[in-house]
Amino acid sequence: MKSIKISKVVDLRWSAMALVTVVSLMALGGTLASSASQSGGGSGTAHAASAGAPTGPEMEVKIDNFVFSPGVVTVKAGTQVTWINKDDIPHTVDSTEGKFKSAALDTDDKFQFKFIEPGEYPFYCRMHPKMTGKIIVQP
Amino acid sequence: MADKKRDFIDQKLQDLNNDGVDRRGFLKCMAWAGTGLVWTMSGGIPVSHAFDKSSGKSAVKGAGFSFVQISDSHIGFNKPANPDVTATLQTAINRINALPHIPDFLIHTGDLSQLSKPSEFDTLDQALKGAAAKQIYFVPGEHDMLTDNGEQYLQRYGKGTKGAGWYSFDQKGVHFVGLVNVVNLKAGGLGSLGHEQLEWLEDDLKGRSASTPIVLFAHIPLWTIYPDWGWGTDDSEQALSYVKKFGSVTVLNGHIHQVMQKIEGKLSFHTAMSTAFPQPAPGTAPSAGPMKVPADQLQKVLGITDVNYLVSGKSLAIVDSPLDGSTSSASEKSSG
Repeated sequence: MKSIKISKVVDLRWSAMALVTVVSLMALGGTLASSASQSGGGSGTAHAASAGAPTGPEMEVKIDNFVFSPGVVTVKAGTQVTWINKDDIPHTVDSTEGKFKSAALDTDDKFQFKFIEPGEYPFYCRMHPKMTGKIIVQP
Repeated sequence: MADKKRDFIDQKLQDLNNDGVDRRGFLKCMAWAGTGLVWTMSGGIPVSHAFDKSSGKSAVKGAGFSFVQISDSHIGFNKPANPDVTATLQTAINRINALPHIPDFLIHTGDLSQLSKPSEFDTLDQALKGAAAKQIYFVPGEHDMLTDNGEQYLQRYGKGTKGAGWYSFDQKGVHFVGLVNVVNLKAGGLGSLGHEQLEWLEDDLKGRSASTPIVLFAHIPLWTIYPDWGWGTDDSEQALSYVKKFGSVTVLNGHIHQVMQKIEGKLSFHTAMSTAFPQPAPGTAPSAGPMKVPADQLQKVLGITDVNYLVSGKSLAIVDSPLDGSTSSASEKSSG
């Protein structure tokens, strides 16, 4: 009987802690909403982007031979997508709806965007507009 | 030798009338580019003359003025296809300065820089100071408009231009129009002139006598060469409709880093070699990117374009010259 009572109290405490943790994580996720960061930009020097340890899922889109690959990517809301230019020519990553726009990315430069809202996000290279792609964000 | 060249020319004329570009057609074009053939347009009919290099003079007489087109210098590019684009630009400038006649001006058909950086534009300007021709006209390429809506380019080269840098000028009765087709491009599309520029162009050409020779120059080709690689301009047809009435229209473009030519009645189209690196023929590589060639071949596939205006025939003679100065002997080898 006593043990059951104690375990109930312990259960409640664990539940409380779990609740607090979940709420904190949600608050943290909220402050990171729609952050766009990029490295290299127009400076031409190649260095890795680093926004600290990733706080959620990540996805990479490679740019090479005038192609975004994968061309269509499906991710969960909260995913940070990193585009990395492996071509020997600069390219850009521009949302067709004006939601994000990178600087010119030289070889090894990266552009990052975190997708919070579900939806479809077509993008292209404004220098070479035949290069197109799409991020599909699921809830 | 002259007969062989004439047969080659006649065959070339037939090939040029086809809209599709196949590999063989391209190779012939490439060989042709190195020959130093002088094409003149007289009343819409192209005629060729040998460019007499030994005498150092063009066999074409009665030249009214001349200019040189250079293109795609891509200052700032430093990958294996050409680790030193400033050096090859300098070679191009030396070739210009070694011409038998000092050109009245130069036209740069865009992609001056690789990344629109001030240092890149500075390097270009510094090199061009050594050109014998002091007047230089520019139009931007997509590499030149990468920052702040092309602020860097327009600050330096945009004086007296409208919108994203379009303008016109006259030289001895020939009307030149610099067009910009590299901004506000739509996803999935080609080059674009845009409504505002087209309206301006229509107005600019209105009221000019049909006997005025016209030269249009823009970065991306104003005719559809290879849509998969973006080699064309979505609304060029409208622009070309405005020049239909004129007796002689020449279109000079860059962007594709190789010579291609097409003649359609009174309209002749020409693209120039780059001074930085070559690109592959349409469909012959996974993409349109820089094409590596053996180091000793590089100067054969980069070049300048010398254009002579002949007052007598009111026509333009266009000669493409590779940086290594090669002429007909090289072309016979490569056309085999």
